[in-house]
Order: sequence, then C-alpha cells, then structure tokens
Amino acid sequence: MSNGTSQDPPKGAGGTWRPMIARMLAGLRPASARPGGHGSGLLRMFRKRKTFPHGIYPVEHKEWTADKPIRRLPFAPVLVLPLAQHRGAPSQPLVQVGQEVVRGEPIAQAAGFVSVPMHAPATGVIQAIDLAPTPEGPRTMAIYLKVYQADPQQVLFDTGHDIDSMTNEEVVAAVQEAGLVGLGGAAFPSHVKLMPPKDAVIDTVIVNGCECEPYLTCDHRVMLEQTDALLRGIRLIMRVTGAKRAIIGVEDNKLNAVEQIRAKLPANLPITAEAVESKYPQGAEKMLIKSLLGKEVPVGGLPAHVGVAVFNVGTLAQIGDLLPKGRGLIERVVTVSGPAVTNPGNFMVPIGTPVRFLLNHVGTKPTLGQVILGGAMMGMSVSSVDVPITKGVSGVVALEQDEDDPARRQVYACIKCGECLKACPINLNPSMLGELAQAREYGVMAQDFNLDQCFECGSCAYVCPSNIPLTQYFRIAKSINRERKN
Amino acid sequence: MEPILIEPILTAVGFMTILGLTLAGILVVANKRLYVFEDPRIDQVEDLLPRANCGACGSAGCRQFAESVIRGDAAPGACTVNAGSMNQLIADFLGVAVGFAERQVARLACAGGRHVAYTKASYRGVKSCRGAALVSGGGKGCSWGCLGFGDCMTVCDFGAITLDSFSLPIVDTQKCTACGDCVEVCPKNLLSLHPVSHRLWVACLSHGIGDEAEADCDVVCTACGRCAQDSPEGLIEVKGNLAVIDYSKNALASHVAIERCPTGAIVWLEADGSKLKGRDAKKVIRKAALPTA
Repeated sequence: MSNGTSQDPPKGAGGTWRPMIARMLAGLRPASARPGGHGSGLLRMFRKRKTFPHGIYPVEHKEWTADKPIRRLPFAPVLVLPLAQHRGAPSQPLVQVGQEVVRGEPIAQAAGFVSVPMHAPATGVIQAIDLAPTPEGPRTMAIYLKVYQADPQQVLFDTGHDIDSMTNEEVVAAVQEAGLVGLGGAAFPSHVKLMPPKDAVIDTVIVNGCECEPYLTCDHRVMLEQTDALLRGIRLIMRVTGAKRAIIGVEDNKLNAVEQIRAKLPANLPITAEAVESKYPQGAEKMLIKSLLGKEVPVGGLPAHVGVAVFNVGTLAQIGDLLPKGRGLIERVVTVSGPAVTNPGNFMVPIGTPVRFLLNHVGTKPTLGQVILGGAMMGMSVSSVDVPITKGVSGVVALEQDEDDPARRQVYACIKCGECLKACPINLNPSMLGELAQAREYGVMAQDFNLDQCFECGSCAYVCPSNIPLTQYFRIAKSINRERKN
Repeated sequence: MEPILIEPILTAVGFMTILGLTLAGILVVANKRLYVFEDPRIDQVEDLLPRANCGACGSAGCRQFAESVIRGDAAPGACTVNAGSMNQLIADFLGVAVGFAERQVARLACAGGRHVAYTKASYRGVKSCRGAALVSGGGKGCSWGCLGFGDCMTVCDFGAITLDSFSLPIVDTQKCTACGDCVEVCPKNLLSLHPVSHRLWVACLSHGIGDEAEADCDVVCTACGRCAQDSPEGLIEVKGNLAVIDYSKNALASHVAIERCPTGAIVWLEADGSKLKGRDAKKVIRKAALPTA
C-alpha cells in the first residue's frame, strides 16, 4: 500500500503545485519589475528551460536593484584589509606601519601556491597591522590603510601585458599576481582552478552567471555593463584550460543579460549563452553542470573530473579587465539591498570598506536588524558592522527587525513529511541527518549519510515546516568532524 | 475423542534429544579447542575500579586500564577518579606500588559572564556554542570569550559542569574526572586540563590590549604586564597581549602575582575551587546581565 500512496493523486499533485505556483508568481510579476521584461508570464510557464532536479523557489526581490547601474562608492576614511580574505594561506604583508602606498601597489604577497597577493585599494598611509574583526568571527591580522581623501586616486601601478603573446604559465602567474579569487563568494584563488589535476582534461568552460541568491544583482549588472571584459576573460580562460567550448549559464530572470551577451558574441568562437531555469541553488557549480550538460560530478570529485571548469562571471570580467592592464584586484561590485535599506543599489566598492560606511552611504531604516554578507540564503550574518567588505563578498543584505519574530523561530519535532528530501539538490536525506545531529552522532552523519557532500545551500531548512535549523546542525557537525580529524 | 498417537511424539522427542546432544558435543569441543586464557585478576581489578570508562587515565576504559595495571604498564594510582583507598586495595591485591598521579581538573580560561562581558549582537540560532561560534563568532564583543550556551555542560557525563546565573560554566572540581570531553567540544578552546596544584590561573584568553579590550569585558587581561613584573623571573610572560604562566616554574607561584592586576583576570584558585582576586582588582558589583548593544 505504501507504494500506492506515493502515486496518490492529491499527494503527487502537492509535490508539483508548489513550484508551479512559484513559477506562475514569478511570471506574473509586473513586466516593469523584471529586467528586460521579455515575454509574458504565462508563456514562460510552458517554455522548458534547462534545470536540475529538486531545489527551491525563494522570493527574490531582485527587482529592487536589477536596473540600478553600478556606481562608484566614495572611499571610507580607513580601509581594513584582512590578510586572509581568500581560501588558503594568508598573505604576507610587504609594507610597514607609517609607509605611504599608491593605489594599486602590492601591499602583501602570496604565501605559497594556494594564496594570493593583495593590492592597496587607495592611496594612503599604513596606519597599523593589527587584529581586526572578520565576518567569520575570530579576529585575524589585517592591514589598516588610512586613505588620503584629497588624492586623485589614480591607479599608477600598471605594468601592462600583451595577453595574446603570453604563454599559459605566464597567464596563470599573472592571475595569481592580480590577487584574483572567485568573486561568487567562495573566494578560492582563481589561478589554482586554471591548473586542474593532471588526469583531467577540460573540454568545457562553464561561466556561472546564474546568481540564484535572493536580492543579489551584482553579477547581472556585470554581465550588462562589462560584457566586453567578460568575453575577453572567457577567451583567455578557454585558451589556458584548452577547453573546446564555453557556455555562459544565466538564469531566465536575466534574459536581457543573455541577449546583451549574445549580441556581442564573436561568431568564430564556440561560446554560447544559455538561459536556465530561475531556481535556487542553480548557481552552485555542481547544479549548473547538471543543468547545462546533464553530467554529475562524482562524490568527492572536482568539476575537472567531468571535464568542466566553472568560473563566476564577476571573476572572468575582472580577469578580462585587469590582466591586459597588469593591475591587481582592488575593488569589486557589491549589491546592497534588503528591506532595511533606503536606497538599494549596485556599487563598485573598494576592498576593505567597512560595512558600516557602506550602510551609512545607502541609508538604513531605524528598523535595521540582521545584516548578512553575501546572499540571503548562503551568506554570513555578521555580529558587527565594523567588518570590512572582502574579495568574496558579493552583497550586503540588511533585514528588518520584525522579520525575525520569535514565534516563527519556534522549532517543532520532525513530522517526516519529506519536504527536505524533495528540496535537497544533491539527494541527501536532511531529515535523517537532522535526527542524527540532535543525537550528536556526527561520525555516523559523515560516514553513512554523506554529510561532507552538503554544501550548505539551506534549501532543507527553508522548506522545513517544523522550522528545524537543519543547515546549522550540519555546519555544527562538520565543524566538530573537522576538529576531530586534526 | 480421537486416540492420542504416541509414535510422532516419541519421534519428535527422540530427534530433539539427539540433535541437542550433537550440538552440545560441538559446543564442548569448541570450548576446549578455542579456549582463550584470560587472567582472572582482570575481572577482580575491574570490580575495584569506578567503571566510569571516562578515559582520564589514558586508557579507552576501565577494563583496558585494569589490563595495563596487571601487565605493569600503569600504576593503580593513575586512576584519579577512584578513591585512594580503593587504589590501595588494588595495589595490595596485585602486590605493586600504588603509585601517584596528580588529579587533574578542567579549567575555564574566561571569567566573562553576562554581567561583565558586553554583547554586540543578539544571536538567535541553535542554542549551542558551536552553532553560535559559526555565525560570525556569536554575539559577544570579545572574540575569544565564553559564549555561555553550555556545550561543555551538555557533553559532561559526570554532571561536573553547571552554568551560573551569568551563563558561565562552573567546574565542580570534586566531580571532574579530567576526561577531556569538554576540552574537545568548546569551540573557543577555553577549557584545558590542569593538575590541581596549579593554583595561579589566568582566566582570560583575549589577545586584545588595554582600554580597547576592556571595552568588551570588565575582567579581561589588558596585557598591562604587572603580574609579570611582580612575580619571579620567567614565571609569567606577556605573549600576544596575554599573560601566560609557565607551569614548569609552578613552585615559584604565589599570591604576589595577582595583587596588582587591575581587572582581576589573574586569580589564585583556592583548594575548594573558589577564586581569589588581587587587592587592586576592581570590584564587580553588577548583579544583572548587561543589555545587548
């Protein structure tokens, strides 16, 4: 009988209703609110887009900032530059306290292969090298740079490269030299991705322009405003990785970006732009590979093992922009949005700008509550707005206080409804994992239920009707497992 | 009424008897052939141990400890949980010296309860220190301080840790077996195991300095260095803005070191586990938790 119930019409319908309603709502939003405003909502419902199974449809609110062009943010009086802004070994300072630096000058060098240097985001003087608060919590060493406000702030440090005559090794070295990391949020040094494992052959470069996180529109604006730099970056990466083709994957809520890119695509190169379904977490690299190529990255493997390298559009636009000039990464596009922000928008923010300065610039409502760095789903809640914008921060989302009502956070027992299993994009069993976490069986979670594959997208916790903070349980479990291994 | 048939009953009984005898025979042979000699003293010694399987002695459990005592690898006194008289019984029974291991207890390197340590944000997630530490380090102003959700209390099998009214864990030195579970679970690494003879204690792990550090917590070590100046050479050293005690020179430790501490971060632990602060330490009279900034 249990088999029969799963095909029971009302229940089966319940499973498909939710996404359908979400899709209808997405389509029925006023055309003015959608960037580009292409096609009517009802037509879109029947158009089949490439996608992956499972996932969720959170409310996006991208219309608040999608049509706001990137504007330059003024310099904060003091920039705070943590030495560990990227994954891997922290950079080593090259400057002393009291030393004057010019905008674009290297101020810290890479400490090993999986590490990147850092460049001065403004002309000024080194005020201190001391502990500074970070979004992650523990204070880490950082360079405090006092900005000369009267300086014209020109970048005088550019060596200039003829990228067409550079060998692949020189390009990899130049990418590291530019201090480039994945700007989508992971902040993994980009040059490491250009050196795939020996046994892997890259045939496809996937350019990730999905931006599935609610509120964020920085990648959308980059695709619209920095299309040429993006295409230059893609061509360079294709050459270095030896890929035969490149696919730019963009969610179908940004069709104007797809058209803009298609209009500028060079005819003689195998680069295509494809719209994929707007669904969270479409922008996770494993999900996007599944959507575009139908391939699944093996457990514990890298995208390189299925012949794919995935890069964020922001990263490639920076590669295309910085490498020919021979400059370092000193600023990035950040979306500042959320219900507690008075004037949301997209800003070109100097690295190291304190979040407090940024929020003061855009203005916040008195109801300001939680502040999240990154997207609302996978971003990091910060305990202090004195933390700086680092290379991996794609957005600042400010929520209102009344959005976290204690009654809504009441946790109930798991009712075994299975919604989390239907939401998990990588087919884990969050329900089981959650029960094990409550029993503190962290070893079993990793060994028997593939906890380590979870990339903490938060879909399970989002759909849980009992409000069980599943994702946080998993993060606790992973943290304890990591500690036990060491 | 039908007649009772005797024959099937006899067959069944006979068959079961033969089967039983055959299997019993196999068991007898197996018991003889596969017999493993086990020292009977292991059971007897284990009976004299607390059987808490806490692991404080370094063995996986009490039975493993009993085995190593009988092998002569460990002295009975290495079990610090057992009463001294019981260890003496084991020593007499085996005819070995009782040996001595100093009792260790878990100590918390933080005194920043809710009434003295300031919070800069309210954390509303899972009520767990580990969970809070993963969300931007929790809401506490001090990045190094105790988060006060009691992961150590939850994990302690001996009920030796309780939270006081300011959410600061208090270790009951009588109940603590130094098993080390709390040391492992604390996300801020504030707990460590120390012999009870270590009486001088820095109840702070903050690497902050001066007024800036004091703005986050009233009982922080401000790295003023007075304790290091007052105590014998080399006993206390200020490393990374924190007073660090060199316990290899523990014999030199005295009350002198704590007297001039302005915040009372360095304390003298009395035998009953109570903390003695120095003469110059500011008196904390606040009895209520501080509001969230």
